[in-house]
Amino acid sequence: MEAMLAVMIATLVGSGVYLTLRARTFPVILGITLLSYGVNLFVFVSGRLKLDQVPVVGVSQSPSDPLPQALVLTAIVIGFAMTAFLVVLALRGQGEMNSDHVDGKSDGEDG
Amino acid sequence: MEHLIIAPILIPAFAGMLLLLEVRERQRLRRITGLLATLALLPVALGLWQQAASGDIGVYQLGDWRAPFGIVLVLDKLSALMLMLTAVLALPALIYGSRGDDRRGANFHGLFQLQLMGINGAFLTGDLFNLFVFFEVLLIASYGLALHGRGPARVGGGIHYVVLNLIGSALFLVALGLAYGTTGTLNMADFAVKVSELEGNSLDMARLAGLLMGVVFGLKAALFPLYFWLPTTYANATAPVAALFAIMTKVGIYAIARVYGLAFSGGPLAGLGRDPLWILALITLVLASVGVLGARRLGDVVAYLLVMSVGTLVAGLAWTSPEAMGAMLYYLIHSTLVCGGLFLLADLVSRGRGELADRLEAGPAPAGRGLLGVLFFIGAISVVGLPPLSGFVGKVALMQAVPAPLYWLFLLAGGLIAMVGLSRAGSTLFWRATGDGDERRLDGPRLAATVALLATAPALAIWGEPVLRACLAVAGQWSQPGLYIQAVLGTQGGAL
Repeated sequence: MEAMLAVMIATLVGSGVYLTLRARTFPVILGITLLSYGVNLFVFVSGRLKLDQVPVVGVSQSPSDPLPQALVLTAIVIGFAMTAFLVVLALRGQGEMNSDHVDGKSDGEDG
Repeated sequence: MEHLIIAPILIPAFAGMLLLLEVRERQRLRRITGLLATLALLPVALGLWQQAASGDIGVYQLGDWRAPFGIVLVLDKLSALMLMLTAVLALPALIYGSRGDDRRGANFHGLFQLQLMGINGAFLTGDLFNLFVFFEVLLIASYGLALHGRGPARVGGGIHYVVLNLIGSALFLVALGLAYGTTGTLNMADFAVKVSELEGNSLDMARLAGLLMGVVFGLKAALFPLYFWLPTTYANATAPVAALFAIMTKVGIYAIARVYGLAFSGGPLAGLGRDPLWILALITLVLASVGVLGARRLGDVVAYLLVMSVGTLVAGLAWTSPEAMGAMLYYLIHSTLVCGGLFLLADLVSRGRGELADRLEAGPAPAGRGLLGVLFFIGAISVVGLPPLSGFVGKVALMQAVPAPLYWLFLLAGGLIAMVGLSRAGSTLFWRATGDGDERRLDGPRLAATVALLATAPALAIWGEPVLRACLAVAGQWSQPGLYIQAVLGTQGGAL
């Protein structure tokens, strides 16, 4: 279980970093999305992995930790808003600079 | 009066929401709402400063949830000082913006208030995750403000700024996950106690969390190698926005001081991040002074001066003595206000120069060349640290408190290089100009806002002693994290 999650987080973060380093805004946005998925999973796991346990003291023998769940919810909401903003910004950049290169270079130049 | 602590967050939050609700184009109403809300921050900040100056640390438990479990706002002297600085900087910036810059895009006033809310919240919170949330609030408002007004340069710089900060936020979350995973708490005071008791594997995880936070705060503070976004973003932002952003790098510095000075203050992790910060700060100092020399626009010059001040400040912070911290805080007040004033001044200059704007090429004289020249002279002297203005007092205090020859050398050499860059900029803009700028074309309130910020340079020099003494008192409290922990948790801060 732990190993599987670790591999998943590593894959998400790894692909996210790779895509973020691309020169076009679209892959960059995808990369940041993947990165934030990986990070959200990581935060979620920081409360330790417990299967089939409710996060309520008294109902369950060893309740799962509710705090990371709350944290990750906040992080998801914030991450979603930021991604939406970045998409709009990238579209505007495309409109104003006629290119989706992150440095605003035209398509002829090094991509 | 116990609820006064949350006022610096609530006032801009409500004002910001009101301003966002207002859909019709009633600019006058917006300006008045924004200005009143910003004006109200001044007496509140003053009241909080007096409350904190007595030495008591105010703790405000949101929803009355007990300290390590609920979120707390904590008002110590350091927070109160930063709140006051924000209020003093924001008002002139907003007055300047209300003279027409706010019409260049939608919702300037609403975003301005939300930005203030995020900044004030970051200064007040005593919880690591809450710090992340306030960072996001101030960042998303700053994205909107940085792009305020149109232009390809602004959008291009904006994309870099947003992407870098999103990656920063992701790293911050990883750090928080590690911190929570090892200690089971995110309350800074509680965290400080738990961290000092860690050992073995968990200790390394906590160290990793601390260093990752250092990276995130270094990005916010614009420390080498993470400062490259700053000149493009700030120099392209609208002037009042750039002036307000002068405090944003200081949010990063505050966060470093708070997290390393409190959360990682005890046990085996004490002194974490000290050496890397020291080295990076010195490199920042040197590279930024080269940037000042190479800049081709006045806006870039001021932006690099801001980065230079960050290097100066973080080096003072990394020395971690109460004296160095006190001198650093004095320099922080000075550099924030003077750099803010210089951003406004750069805009005033560029207004009278048509197509050339603030590019450093000989051209038509800016409106009111004599007056602006004098203001530029005051700002430049102060920011490079020549006597008799505030920069000099700050640098002398820093050099007395940090007796490291390397620091002295870098500080003085950096100041010299910056002086060369500034005299080149000044002589190009004001002396090699054709025509004689008409003084009457200067806008009164804009000029008043710029003068108000730059006038802090002589004021901070005249009242240098009381201000420096107040800063030393702030530093004295900061260097005893046990007081903070005791105030928040209501127990003795262990060995701290």
